Amino acid sequence: MEMSQYLELFIEESKEHLQNLNEHLLEIEKDSENMTILNEIFRVAHTLKGMAGTMGFSKIAKLTHDMENVLQEIRNGQIKITTHIIDILFKCLDALENYTNHIIHEGTEGENTYDDVITALNGIAAFDGPGELKTAATPEKIEHQDRVLLEKIEEEVFAEDEYVQKVINKALEEGVNAYKITVKLNAGCMLKAARAFIIFRTLESEGTVIKSQPKVEDIEDEKFDFEFTVVVVSKVQQKQLEQQLNAIAEVDEVTVHRLGRRELAADTQSGEGQAQEEQIIFSNAGKEPGQDSQEETTATPQASKPKTRKTVRVDIGRLDNLMNLVSELIIIKTRLEDIEGTGQSHNYGEAVEYLERITTSLHDAVMKVRMVPVEMVFNRFPRMIRDLAKELDKKIVLNMFGAETEVDRTVIDELGDPLIHLLRNSADHGIESPEERKAKNKPEHGTIDLKAYHDGNNVVIEAQDDGDGIDTEKVKQRAIVKGLIDKEIAHSLSQKEIIDFLFKASFSTADKITDVSGRGVGLDVVKTKIEALGGMIEVETKKGKGSKFIIRLPLTLAIIQALMVMLQKEKYAIPLSSIKEIININPEEIKLVQKKEVILLRNTVIPLIRLNKVLDVPQAEEEEKKQITVVIVKKGDKLSGFVVDNLIGQQEIVIKSLGKHLSGIKNMAGATILGDGQVALILDVNALAL
Amino acid sequence: METKVKNEAVDTSHSKQFVVFKLDKEEYGLDIQRVLEIVEPSVITRVPRAPKFVKGVINLRGEIIPVMGLRERFGLPPIEDTEETRIIIFKVNESSIGAIVDAVAEVIHLSPDEIEGLSNFSSDNSLDFIYGVGKIDARIVTLLNLDKLVNYAKREG
Repeated sequence: MEMSQYLELFIEESKEHLQNLNEHLLEIEKDSENMTILNEIFRVAHTLKGMAGTMGFSKIAKLTHDMENVLQEIRNGQIKITTHIIDILFKCLDALENYTNHIIHEGTEGENTYDDVITALNGIAAFDGPGELKTAATPEKIEHQDRVLLEKIEEEVFAEDEYVQKVINKALEEGVNAYKITVKLNAGCMLKAARAFIIFRTLESEGTVIKSQPKVEDIEDEKFDFEFTVVVVSKVQQKQLEQQLNAIAEVDEVTVHRLGRRELAADTQSGEGQAQEEQIIFSNAGKEPGQDSQEETTATPQASKPKTRKTVRVDIGRLDNLMNLVSELIIIKTRLEDIEGTGQSHNYGEAVEYLERITTSLHDAVMKVRMVPVEMVFNRFPRMIRDLAKELDKKIVLNMFGAETEVDRTVIDELGDPLIHLLRNSADHGIESPEERKAKNKPEHGTIDLKAYHDGNNVVIEAQDDGDGIDTEKVKQRAIVKGLIDKEIAHSLSQKEIIDFLFKASFSTADKITDVSGRGVGLDVVKTKIEALGGMIEVETKKGKGSKFIIRLPLTLAIIQALMVMLQKEKYAIPLSSIKEIININPEEIKLVQKKEVILLRNTVIPLIRLNKVLDVPQAEEEEKKQITVVIVKKGDKLSGFVVDNLIGQQEIVIKSLGKHLSGIKNMAGATILGDGQVALILDVNALAL
Repeated sequence: METKVKNEAVDTSHSKQFVVFKLDKEEYGLDIQRVLEIVEPSVITRVPRAPKFVKGVINLRGEIIPVMGLRERFGLPPIEDTEETRIIIFKVNESSIGAIVDAVAEVIHLSPDEIEGLSNFSSDNSLDFIYGVGKIDARIVTLLNLDKLVNYAKREG
């Protein structure tokens, strides 16, 4: 049974549910009385349990099951939500995330059972808080005690199963009948499993099968004699059910018993764990059409290969739009064919123009499909800030704006780390402790605002805190101590120049090194990363008022503006984002410094790189040119001059990878396809520049 | 051709199909399962600093595909493209790569007993991308091991 198709779905949905869980837990922490949120949390845990059960991930199912118990008791008012409980629930969430990640990478949920988390969970449930829970134990409470007692007992006591009984009781409360049905098949029946399947289908169409003896898997494998028993909840009358079942061929005998309500007694021998999980598995699988879905319960997750493909969830409207455009493309193709047949050349131009319009729209549409909201990165921050605040003993409120701002998928993936760095910085270095803040007449709660918005062809992300701001004096001192600048020069530096020191490698102004940040790695990494993405980062800060980090990123990395240049007869693309300016110089202006060619541009010495030589471009005969074209590029703060033969112009290009086989090639950032179908290579400025 | 038909009749289940191409005066075979398509040469963009035998990259319906010159690869003297020159596109490690050959001849069936292993050859290193030799009547077709051909390329690059 091929499970990978379901596995992908499972992963995708689990992630969504976990994210939901995360958000709701954060909400409930603030508003512990809110039943709607609690119910939502319960629902998510329950869904996860069902999904995991269906896929055979028993550890996830177990953990979520225990979570459900605790949540159930909270719902019943048996336990009050405390920070302690929220903490444990967050731990569960982490464990579930780890499971999911393991599934993504390995295809299995891994060996870790998170016993500590489960013990902690059960600890909450078993804990009789002072002043709480003194009234007579409710069925749920007893049920739980049983669970602890009978944790390992795996008895198959049919219909006595507390879970089954609970469902039955619930059904009866809602006026739905519960039946115990024993079906005996004809002794001459050839395909027992198939026959049983038909019976199950019939029952499923009228109600829900909540229990079966033998187990569904065994029935499917024909591991039963000629008789099996099921418990069904259904609105249909007993007679009708009997009739329907008897109508199925090869059924010898059908006995239907109506089941009544029965209180769950403390001494109920429950087929805990095992049997219960199976029922969940079954009731979930049974909802899906066809036998396949039932078979998947028997398949082991190990059989499937790890899935690491990147997926994007796309709004259906966008896909429809794409589809429409492709249809248009086909129409215009036919039209062009017609024109070719009839030889009407005046229509030709019109058709080509139309084609151009379609391709432009198509391009836009495809780009839109690749766009995802920054929410995907943002949504993990509330939790992070919560944990940080706890760890640092500070009070921090995180406000997020513009989470719906869309960015290309390629950018999103790279954005997470730099933002985490910035937020950690703000929380650790920026925001002061509550006492300090009080003393400064600031609200006890520090605020971090995270904003995202579009600005032209860029997306801008701002992280602003109302903390202490950057102490430029301290930065200056540190720079002097570290020997980065001269004392004299230091005094003439502007604030911006001083702040730039923060982005230098191994530069930290925090007095004490904490777990959170301040190991001197961070801002330089952030800067490198942002620049690698073709973006830039700025800082605005005011001592005592807070600081603001502003990141600007291109909307997409797949399409860039580039300058096309000629080297002899070869065409190359230089990303516009790394070009500072283009100048023409006379050959005499080239000076030699240690046998290296340099030029002087406004008093800056710029090394010259002759691309023809570096790239081994086959030379036609050398003719001395009167003017040399130099493209000044920047790598970090340093400038270099690329000597090119000719400029073609600025152009929007689509970046394509050179592929695995040429991945070792230096100096090239990729390739692009030009209007005439030829391939042009994109120069890797960082690798080429000195 | 008669032999070919006979082969099919005798043993199609174990026989393998090979695309036969010409290079200089010799004939080589590639496992047809691995061959994606055969295209006529288009404009090749040189890739600076790539191994000598990597002629460059081509645009195949929007995909950038590296192309190696098999003549250069085997140390044969280069020739100008002719009417018959083709690029065979095949897949190695899940990514496509092309090889320029003098001409593509035909597709043949070879049963296991028509394929001779390499043990009869010397343990010369340069032969490790040859996987065997196919014999049909008097013809001899050198069968190439594609993975080695490319891996080897990587080592040198």
